[in-house]
Amino acid sequence: MGARNRVIVLAALAALSLAVTGCASQEPAATEPAPAGSGGAAATIKEGLKVAFLPKQVNNPYFDASDNKGGKVAVEEFKGVYSQTGPSEASPSAQVSYINTLSQQGTDVIVVSANDKDAICGALQEARTAGAKIVTYDSDTNPACRDAFINQASPEGIAASQIKLISEAVGPDGGEIAILSATANATNQNAWIEMMKTELAKPENAKLKLVTTVYGDDDDQKSFQETQGLMAKYPNLKGVISPTTVGVAAAARYLSTSEYKGKVQLTGLGTPNQMREYVKDGTVRSFALWNPSDLGYLAAYTGGALASGMISGKEGDTFTAGKLGEYTVGKDGAVLLGDPFVFTKDNVDDFDF
Amino acid sequence: MAERISRLRSLVGSWDAALLVALVLVVAVGAVTVEGVASPRFWRFVTLEVIPIALIALPMTLVIVTGEIDLSVASVLGLTCTVMGQLWLWGVTSLPVLVVAGLLLGALLGAVNGLFVTVFGLPSLAVTIGTLALYRGLAYVVLGDRAVADYPPQWTAGAIGAIPGLTIPWAIIVVVVLAVAFGIVLHATPIGRGLYAMGNNAEAARFAGISVVRTKFWLFVATGAMSALAGVFWTLRYASARADNGSGLELAVVAAVLLGGVSIFGGRGGLIGVIAAVVLLGTLRNALQLAYVPANTLTIITGSLLIVSVVGPNVAGLLRERLRRRRPAATPVTQAE
Repeated sequence: MGARNRVIVLAALAALSLAVTGCASQEPAATEPAPAGSGGAAATIKEGLKVAFLPKQVNNPYFDASDNKGGKVAVEEFKGVYSQTGPSEASPSAQVSYINTLSQQGTDVIVVSANDKDAICGALQEARTAGAKIVTYDSDTNPACRDAFINQASPEGIAASQIKLISEAVGPDGGEIAILSATANATNQNAWIEMMKTELAKPENAKLKLVTTVYGDDDDQKSFQETQGLMAKYPNLKGVISPTTVGVAAAARYLSTSEYKGKVQLTGLGTPNQMREYVKDGTVRSFALWNPSDLGYLAAYTGGALASGMISGKEGDTFTAGKLGEYTVGKDGAVLLGDPFVFTKDNVDDFDF
Repeated sequence: MAERISRLRSLVGSWDAALLVALVLVVAVGAVTVEGVASPRFWRFVTLEVIPIALIALPMTLVIVTGEIDLSVASVLGLTCTVMGQLWLWGVTSLPVLVVAGLLLGALLGAVNGLFVTVFGLPSLAVTIGTLALYRGLAYVVLGDRAVADYPPQWTAGAIGAIPGLTIPWAIIVVVVLAVAFGIVLHATPIGRGLYAMGNNAEAARFAGISVVRTKFWLFVATGAMSALAGVFWTLRYASARADNGSGLELAVVAAVLLGGVSIFGGRGGLIGVIAAVVLLGTLRNALQLAYVPANTLTIITGSLLIVSVVGPNVAGLLRERLRRRRPAATPVTQAE
């Protein structure tokens, strides 16, 4: 390095250090004034709230549905400023970087689907200190790190809806049904299956008889083969419930090209994009999942209510979420979206995820 | 004329100076145009994000100068996090013990890389692509899809705590001390000169009496240990040990080192440029994010910078070559006048 270069480098370094120390000596940025929530509850959502959606990752159709088709609508209804931002890969550290950015931008409400329930906690706490209200949706953090969680569906709701759908599909005569699950030790699957059994024990479902539960391990090939096996083993089978998106799509693919199409009914938890052709060709009458647009819509209203001081996120708080109506905050700040949403050939084209 | 050319030559030739100017520009333009860049909180967040990258970029610079590369660094980081997490689950609650265990593990993983590269003479690119997958796989064996997250909150608070009176985390002091140490080794010791010699011509370096095998082996050990140190910071900062911790970080590190002016073919580059590049990339990312630039655009910009970083120094080198060749031609003209 020549002497002249060294001078240039030193000058640049000096300028840089000046810039940095100059910044550091400034007063910390003023934090947003605390919402008037501690005193009397406000009646309406404040105008001009900055509401940012931070999904697990961007470029994901599910989150485009929840954020751009649900959250955005709600934010526009209460005259806030909507934005969606986030990393292109679903990693907690990338999400932390975006939370930091949002808190610097003076965001009033951060609606986030957590990539890790703990790793983003510190950043969320810093954002709260800076005045932001945190609402989690789709995937929760530790309850201590956020103000409210929008729960898409309760196990009871899912179980009741699955039994209702298969019962309608099979018809009043009932018959043998089977469950195609994910893995044998999946906690949520097993909870749902237990509740479906409780549901089946009710008198109105007496004609439905659960003969077996098989496991497709959330693997497309294995779920396909297990469905095939069910047909061979239970010739009187009338219906299959597959409360997993991988399983129900694989089962539908098998049934749609087999002799059992239309004879053996199928329902489950699936996504419109995977199930569209099977609903249209008659293999599946209806299937369920939550409506992501409603999820985002409710999350936005919850955040708006929090930031306006209408609710504080404690159990028993009530608020109105636009067209969805009145909601009550449950245990640990959880707000239940409602019963699962039923997709049929009539509405499946309204969704793209 | 000749003086002007030489001035131009030294300016174009100094990638370090160009980077520092770019950094000053980004900071200045950012501070004026993007609200928040001028705030101390911005620099706190940039520092927190940059620390693990800087920690790994230091030894990576030395490795690339010798003409080798280590792509397994992020996987070493991930495996360190999970092993520390598993030890914590087994009841090891002493932070110093966990840190030492993590660093030893990192050194060991680096030694495995070093062994394959030096003793078996395999190309480091192939070896470390292998261990990139292997170490990440082992991390999943250790913790699966579980996360260990019940570390004491005061550990996190301690790790990201600020220097009294400032917003900048104190951990940056560790980085600065290490940077000075690596800088002295690379630029002011016979070992450092040996590293450049290896990068330019390993055969000649060996004949010159430099122990290529031993030096490279210990470089890989140091890289492993530094990656583990980044893993320790990662674990403490996020209070979350997961098998996918830091995945993809090796690209951020290599991008910073190359943008810093280190030649991917070895033998050229220095630490000042690399450190400037690490800070430049971190500042640029955060400033653009603050300016509401979407993630997709950000990826494109980072990718373009990486291309510039590989092409830039080479073009600068070519220009320098051209100008040097023009100088003898210029001299007779001066005489004729």
